[in-house]
Amino acid sequence: MTRRRPVGLPVTAAALLGLATAGLLVPAGSARANSLVADLSSHRVAITTGFVGTKVLLFGATEGAGDVVVIVRGPDRPVVVHRKSRVLGVWANTAKVTFDRVPSFYAIASSRPLAEVAPVTVLARHQMGLDNLRLELTWIKASPNVARQWRAGLIRNQGALGLYQASVGRVLFLGNRLFRAEFELPANVPTGTYQVEVVLLQDGHVVDAQTTPLTVEKAGLEAEVYDFAYQYSAIYGLIAILVALMAGWAAHMAFRKA
Amino acid sequence: MQIYLPIAEMSVNVFLLLGMGAGVGFLSGLFGVGGGFLMTPLLIFIGIPPAVAVGTEANQIVAASVSGVLAHWRRGNVDFKMGLVLLLGGLAGSTLGVMLFSFLRGVGQIDLVISLCYVIFLGTIGALMLYESARTMRRRKTAPGQRRKLHQHNWVHGLPLKMRFRRSKLYISALMPLGIGFLVGVLAAIMGVGGGFVMVPAMIYLLGMPTAVVIGTSLFQIIFVTANVTFLQAYANQTVDVFLALMLLIGAVIGAQFGARAGAKLHGEELRGLLALMVLAVCGKLFFDLLVTPSDVYSIGVAR
Repeated sequence: MTRRRPVGLPVTAAALLGLATAGLLVPAGSARANSLVADLSSHRVAITTGFVGTKVLLFGATEGAGDVVVIVRGPDRPVVVHRKSRVLGVWANTAKVTFDRVPSFYAIASSRPLAEVAPVTVLARHQMGLDNLRLELTWIKASPNVARQWRAGLIRNQGALGLYQASVGRVLFLGNRLFRAEFELPANVPTGTYQVEVVLLQDGHVVDAQTTPLTVEKAGLEAEVYDFAYQYSAIYGLIAILVALMAGWAAHMAFRKA
Repeated sequence: MQIYLPIAEMSVNVFLLLGMGAGVGFLSGLFGVGGGFLMTPLLIFIGIPPAVAVGTEANQIVAASVSGVLAHWRRGNVDFKMGLVLLLGGLAGSTLGVMLFSFLRGVGQIDLVISLCYVIFLGTIGALMLYESARTMRRRKTAPGQRRKLHQHNWVHGLPLKMRFRRSKLYISALMPLGIGFLVGVLAAIMGVGGGFVMVPAMIYLLGMPTAVVIGTSLFQIIFVTANVTFLQAYANQTVDVFLALMLLIGAVIGAQFGARAGAKLHGEELRGLLALMVLAVCGKLFFDLLVTPSDVYSIGVAR
């Protein structure tokens, strides 16, 4: 069982208290730079045999009032999107487009609805919400309207895989300063180094931001099998055949009498 | 109970995999077929990436064929010489097939080609089998005791490079089994099957081999062809998931034993008719999926 549970309540409360006091003790002069402190319950998610997805808990404290937005982004990757159309009666991929840098995971949480937190320009600049995700096409041969459809298709597919969360999660304030947010990582979560960005906004302006890394990696036997399959592909192939030969022979022997 | 498959990169219920293995194993034991043509579409259906489904299923068929061929070998039902000639063609064909697979995967057409191959070959073979078994069943009622000729002489027997195959009681051109082996090899690599469902009718109707040695010889060459596919898919595409193959295997081995026992109670022609219906059902489902408007015309492909 490797599923990461959120840290127990008393522990969280104590941690939050610690953070809060740390925030309060900062000299007034550097208040602006330190008006936000946040951390994850764990910086590493290990994918092992029984992995069924996990929750990541972020907690922190702010100085003074404001809204908190948290964005979890998986590592950027190039993604090819295909579009089907009917060819001789059957549906076939007939067009494709490559997006150069696509976050492999995206989730966002906010203390209030995004539209109330900041104006559209600020949301766009900080890529808050799926609508504001910057997805660069390598080249666009069609009108912006068609490009938007490709983009929507990509987001829809990532959403169907559970990798883009359409709904904005909640950043819960406990009192005036302490906040927490929870994120679900599904079982098919891509591996790599994630960036968890915590942004403090006051009157629609970003006043402070902090980025925390989160590592998602395969661990244990899974990791070893995966690495072996990629690094020593030929030997892996031979072992796979050998295992199959032995399994077939064992099956024959086991049921020979029956 | 979930298990995380390291190569497929997804988490699947263990009992679902064991159950699929047992179900397909039962049918393969019942009908004496490999079951790859059922398992690969099923794996794709539960969300395993098609490339991983094809590569892994090849690995599983290696094991299934080994246990099958051992039983036939004991009864002397393997024509090794014929098997080797088919195998030479099969190795070349499956190597080309894996290369073709990698290419099609890169250009985003692999799903379509897999589906089309299934529709065309399952459709043809299924229809032929259904026709054949219906005819035999009808003939059994009307005119019993009519003996079929061992095989017909046609243009095939005019080809050069003649070889004698004692076990099969044949003196035919080696080009024919080479060609059949090659074609089935290509199909095995692309469709993630052993190819028995094409190989067996081809051996009976095109080569004129005696029915007794057909299954054993087909299984013998399938071992090596699927082993070649396994190796190449693992080497070139990293799409063989040993965890997945083992899960399916355990279920399949047990299921096949029950299937074989159940099959002994049924009549040969009835079995063939049922198998034909099942083949046509899989074909029909895949064909329907090609025709029906997809829920989303946009899909994510493999970035190179």
